[in-house]
Amino acid sequence: MRTATDQKERLLQGNQACAEGALASGARFFAGYPITPSTEIAEYLARQLPKVGGKFIQMEDEIASIAAVIGASVTGSKSMTATSGPGFSLMQEHIGYAYMAEVPCVIVDVQRGGPSTGLPTKVAQSDTMQVRWGTHGDYYAIALAPSSVEECFDLTIRAFNLSEKYRTPVIVLMDEVVGHMREKVSLPNPNEIKIINRMKPTVPPEWYQHFEINPHFVSPMAGFGEGYRFNVTGLTHDPFGFPTVRPEEIREKLDKLKNKITHNVNDIIEIKEEFMEDADVAIFAYGIVARAARQAIRMARDKRIKAGLIQPLTIWPFPDLYMEHISEQLDLIIVAELNQGQLIGEVMRVVRGKTRVRGLFRYDSELITPDQIFDKIREEK
Amino acid sequence: MPKVTHHYLRTKKKFPNVWCAGCGIGIVMGAIIRAIDKLKLSRDEVVMVSGIGCSSRMPVYVDFNTLHTTHGRPLAFATGVKLAKPSLKVIVITGDGDALAIGGNHFIHACRRNIDLTCILINNQTYGMTGGQFSPSTPFMKLGTTAPYGNRERAFDISKLAIASGAPFVARGTAYHVVQLEKLIEQAALKKGFSLVEVISHCPTLYGRLNKEGDAVEMLKWQRGHAIPISAAGKVPPEKLRGKFLTGVLWDIEFPEYCEEYDKVIAEAQRRD
Amino acid sequence: MLSFKSSSFYTDGRILKLADEEKKTTLTDKEAEGQKIRVFEAWCKKCGICVAFCPTGALTSNEDGLPILTYLEKCTLCGMCELRCPDFAIAVKAKEKEEK
Repeated sequence: MRTATDQKERLLQGNQACAEGALASGARFFAGYPITPSTEIAEYLARQLPKVGGKFIQMEDEIASIAAVIGASVTGSKSMTATSGPGFSLMQEHIGYAYMAEVPCVIVDVQRGGPSTGLPTKVAQSDTMQVRWGTHGDYYAIALAPSSVEECFDLTIRAFNLSEKYRTPVIVLMDEVVGHMREKVSLPNPNEIKIINRMKPTVPPEWYQHFEINPHFVSPMAGFGEGYRFNVTGLTHDPFGFPTVRPEEIREKLDKLKNKITHNVNDIIEIKEEFMEDADVAIFAYGIVARAARQAIRMARDKRIKAGLIQPLTIWPFPDLYMEHISEQLDLIIVAELNQGQLIGEVMRVVRGKTRVRGLFRYDSELITPDQIFDKIREEK
Repeated sequence: MPKVTHHYLRTKKKFPNVWCAGCGIGIVMGAIIRAIDKLKLSRDEVVMVSGIGCSSRMPVYVDFNTLHTTHGRPLAFATGVKLAKPSLKVIVITGDGDALAIGGNHFIHACRRNIDLTCILINNQTYGMTGGQFSPSTPFMKLGTTAPYGNRERAFDISKLAIASGAPFVARGTAYHVVQLEKLIEQAALKKGFSLVEVISHCPTLYGRLNKEGDAVEMLKWQRGHAIPISAAGKVPPEKLRGKFLTGVLWDIEFPEYCEEYDKVIAEAQRRD
Repeated sequence: MLSFKSSSFYTDGRILKLADEEKKTTLTDKEAEGQKIRVFEAWCKKCGICVAFCPTGALTSNEDGLPILTYLEKCTLCGMCELRCPDFAIAVKAKEKEEK
C-alpha cells in the first residue's frame, strides 16, 4: 500500500496539496459537497482516502457535511470538509456548534467572489471577517491563510495540529488562485512531519468530565466507544456536558472557550516577514496577494525604498502583539487585500493611529499586481 | 426493587425529567431502554443522537454515548458517527418538526443512503418545546399557535415518505402500545440499514389543550382507539379504516447497507493501488 | 418545569403511614421491599396514566394525585404501570416463576 505522501518533487495544485496535508496529518474522514473552487479537494480525497482506509462521503448539502465531520470527530477521527463562500455561509451554525462542543475539525474555505453566488471561478478574499464572526455568539477563531502550494500542504497540517491541540475548529482560508494554481513542491517524508493528536483522558471513566475546566483551559477528549460515556451538546453546559442555566457555570464555560485561545496566542500565531529588519514601510498581505507583495518589495528595494513584507500565516487570532510592536518602526503600513477592506480594520485597531495605514483593495475578480503595490508604495511614501 | 430502566439512567442527571406530566416521550424512552437491554447491547457501543425539541431532550438522561446536536440535523451528525466508527450502534431520536421540517432533506437522504441507523421519530403533531406551533405532521385544520385559524397544510404521511425515499424498514407504534413499541424498536435496531420507527405520541400541554383533545390519559385512549395493527388491517372494511392509522412493521426489505458498501470501496481502492 | 404539592407528610421524600387509613398508604424503603408496587414520589408527576390504564383497577390516586395500590389482591404484577410511566416513578415487583 502506497503511503499518502512521498518525497519526490511533484507538480501539485493548491487544492491537492491541501488534501495531501490532510492525509499526512492522519485525517481519515472527509464529508463535503461540491462547490467551485474547492471541489478538487473532495475529488482528490474521494480517490485517496479509501486507499489508506479512510472514509469519504459526499453529503446532501454543506450543512450535512460539517455535521458529519463533527460526528466523525466525536468518535475520535480527524475530520475535514472543504467549501467556498456560499457553502461556508451554510456551515456557520455547525461551526458554532463545534466551538461550543469543543470538537476538533478543519474547514477549508477556498474563497471566491461574493457576496451570494458571486463569482464561482474568480478570486477574492472577502470571507476574512466572516471566518472570525460568521456564526452567532462569543467565540475565538483560528484561521490560517496559505499563499503557495507548499503552504497549502504545511498549513493544512498545522490546522489539524492546532485543532487537535486546542479542541477547536480551525479554518484554512485559501482563495481560488492559491487553490487552483500548480507549483512544484517537494513533500516531506511522513516521519519528518510533526503531528499533534488530541489529549486522551487519564482518569477512570466515572470521573471523566468531557468539558473539564482546568488551568490550561484545554481538556482531554475521549471518543465515543472508548469506554468513556458522556454528553455532547450545543447548549451551554457544565463540565459534564449537561445543559446549565447557572450564571457561574455559563461564565466559566465561555471563559474557557476564550482563554484557551487568547492565553495561547504565542503558540498559535505565525507570521512570515521579509526585509522587515530595517523597513519603514510594510506591506501587510495574506494569501495570494502576499506573492505579489513579495515581488513589489523587491522592486521597492531596487529603488532604495526600505519596504518589507508582513505576511500573517495566521490571520485569526489577529497578531495584535506583533503588529503593535512592529508598527513602532514603521511610518506606513499598506494593507493589500482582495476585498473592500476587511483585515485593514484590525490593523488600524491595533496600530491606533500611531502609524499611517493605507489600503490597497481590489475586488473586480482580478489579482492585485506587484506593479499596483509598488505604485501604491511610491504614492503613499 | 430494581427496574431495568433505572440501571440505564445517568445518576448525575437531575430527575424527575424535564417533560410535562403525562408526556409520551418518557414512555418511549422506557421502551427504548428496555429494547437496548433485551438486545444486550453494551453501553459503550450505543450512541444516541438527537436534534432539538422535546423528543431530543432524551439522550442526556441515559448512560450511553450521547450527542445532542442542532435542529433538524441529527441524522447528518449520526451519519458521520456511524461511518467513522461502524462498530457503534447509532440510535437517532428526533421529533416531527425536527425530522420533517428543517430536517426534511437529511431525512430523505438518510433513507436513501441506507446507512445503518435506527431512527425513532416521536410524532406529537406539534413543536412542543417552542410552545405549540403546527408542524409538518399536524393534521389539516387542527390548531397551532401559528395556525390560530386552523392549519391549512396537510400532514406528511411519514411512512410513505420514508418508503419512497428508500428506507428498507419502516414501522409505526404508539406511546400507548408500549409493549409493541419495545418489540418494534428491537426489530429496527437489529435491522441492518436505515430503520425508522415512527411513534404516535401526545402533547397534552400544548397540542392537546389547543385542540381540546383532553389530558394525557384521554390522548392515550385516542391512540388506542385509532391504531389498527397492520396484521388486522386486511380484515377491516375500508370505511372502518378511515381516520385511523396502521401500526406494526409497515415495510421490511433488503438493500445493501452504506458502511458495508464503503468497506468494499476501500477494498477496491486498495486493490487498484 | 413542573412543581408538585409538598405535603406535611413528607420527610426525606417518603410519605409516612397515615394512621387512620390502613389501605391508602405508601411505604418507606424498608416496608417497600417485598411489596408489589413501589412509587418514587419525588419523580411522580401525578399524570394519572398508571391508574387510568391499570387493567384490574388495583391502583387508585390519592388526594395528592399519587398512585396507591388500594386493592392489593387485584394486582397481578402485570407491570403495565411500570411500562407506561413516563417518569420511571413506579416499579413493580418481578413475578416469581411459580406465580406466573
